[in-house]
Amino acid sequence: MQYWIIQTLNSLALGGLLFLLAAGFSLIFGLMRIANLTHGSLYMLGAYVGVTVLKFVPNLWLAALIGGAVIAVFGGLIERFILRALAGNALGQVLVTLGISFIVADFCLIVWGGDPIPVQTPLALRLPLRVGGVAFPTYRLVVLGIAVVTAIALYLLMERTRIGAMIRAGVDDMQMARAVGIPVSKLFTTVFCLGAGLAGAGGIIGGPIMSAYPGLDADMLPLALIVVMLGGVGSLLGAFVGSFLIGAIYTFGTALLPDLAYVILFLPMIVVIAFRPRGLFGRQTV
Amino acid sequence: MKQLGWTVLAVILAAMPWIAGEYYINLASQIFIAAIFAASLNLLVGYGGLPSLGHASWLGLAAYISAWMSLKLGLGHWLTAPVALLGTTLIACAFGWISLRATGLGFLMITLALSQVLWGTAYRWVSVTDGDNGLRGLTRPAPFGISLDGATSFYYFALAVTVVAIVLMAMFVASPFGAALRGTRDQPRRMGALGHAVWTVRWITFVYSGFWGAVSGLLFVYYNKYIHPASLSITGSAEALLGVIAGGSGTLAGPIVGAAIIMLLKNYVSAYIERWNMLMGFVFVLIVIFMPEGVVPGTRRLFLRMKRWKSG
Repeated sequence: MQYWIIQTLNSLALGGLLFLLAAGFSLIFGLMRIANLTHGSLYMLGAYVGVTVLKFVPNLWLAALIGGAVIAVFGGLIERFILRALAGNALGQVLVTLGISFIVADFCLIVWGGDPIPVQTPLALRLPLRVGGVAFPTYRLVVLGIAVVTAIALYLLMERTRIGAMIRAGVDDMQMARAVGIPVSKLFTTVFCLGAGLAGAGGIIGGPIMSAYPGLDADMLPLALIVVMLGGVGSLLGAFVGSFLIGAIYTFGTALLPDLAYVILFLPMIVVIAFRPRGLFGRQTV
Repeated sequence: MKQLGWTVLAVILAAMPWIAGEYYINLASQIFIAAIFAASLNLLVGYGGLPSLGHASWLGLAAYISAWMSLKLGLGHWLTAPVALLGTTLIACAFGWISLRATGLGFLMITLALSQVLWGTAYRWVSVTDGDNGLRGLTRPAPFGISLDGATSFYYFALAVTVVAIVLMAMFVASPFGAALRGTRDQPRRMGALGHAVWTVRWITFVYSGFWGAVSGLLFVYYNKYIHPASLSITGSAEALLGVIAGGSGTLAGPIVGAAIIMLLKNYVSAYIERWNMLMGFVFVLIVIFMPEGVVPGTRRLFLRMKRWKSG
């Protein structure tokens, strides 16, 4: 019983982290048609920056905010000065993001070294929550809560604000959005910063669970890709459902069949791509 | 003029072991392997317009199948080589079926995700792949009783395979099928309207490209006598793609030149600094921004312009 509860919470926490990563990836891809392969690196860079910030400010949430802001600025710079120069050249943009991801990975290796750096769980959240004789790991519940709150905030941003309406218009029909006077250029930078910031904050929030280590980017990026393909490009709901689905499959797959967890990840992707290439909630085909 | 160029190239390649030392012979063998690998990826990227970021799958799969069969089952090379090629090609059939549900960036993301799945599996399925230790203690085959353990004999073996591979890939591209493939790259809808089975053309190319990727994988594992999950990583796929783009995708010589440049860079630079990944990242960014068409078409254009300038 205890084992299954812990595994379930692990899967929910991983799903929450994946959502922070995949939501930005999905929005960027949906709006700008850029497959941002630096997204995994932004997550890792966020974790490392958070580690450094934690040395000066011993508060994880503050570190997540600062780390997220740093990564958001970094993402904005990439968008403004590199991706902008390659507008219309989709393959070129992917290759550049791939190149940047190699640079970032090596940069992290130089600055923070090759050993995994553990991140301390905030003191108040270290003790498990006991309800009726069953212990729930508190921090994982908190991560889940953060993901849900972020999802609601993003939903409100997308559905209830002017900026959200503009982003949706851009996702659905870019040329028309431009024609009616939506400042698409500013929107691009905003969405890219938002996506990068979410990934960076996710990296440090995930720190107490995953720690910061070289290769974190390569571990997270494929998961985010699978989530987005499952859920559908540009769809917030899709990213949400896909994240928890993949979080669950990955966690239980690793627990039950550790050798083949990666193969099991594949199965839902094959089914969805075979029968519904646009993903569960996608409005456009990839 | 052109014939002279080919003759000179053939003489240099054939005489290489007499001119150069063992280090350079081995380097040349590695370049051959990388050239087959990049040329096979070029079938998809250059001629099919399908940017794959999972090509390392084929190199790694063929190498792993061959290594696993000879180490854990104790089978000989006469059996492991064909089974590795066949098995990899069959998996390419399946992967192609999945990836070609999409084109463009979607195709790229699916091939990347699929190859990452193989990479993760190679790390974790320790009972089969020995995980992070990799499979070691492999041998090279001895076709017709000739041992390939020496640098020179392996060089000629790799050279022969490379020539056959490049010729067969060139024939594939020059054939009517190759013309149809280029048609599906430039005008898929028109090709469909003309009655070509666009999807099938792409799928066959995917499988053919996977097959030659597997051939390079066999050479790779014979050369190194060792295989590690890193060979399946995104870095491997990205290096090949960089080779194709740097040399010039959609040209025959481009990927070979590109692969050679990457291999030389990697060998020389990593002798001085450890930061190969960072350098590769910068090369990626610079090439995409400043030389998007690649070295070979760029040089050719320069050459043509000079010719025109000379003739007045």
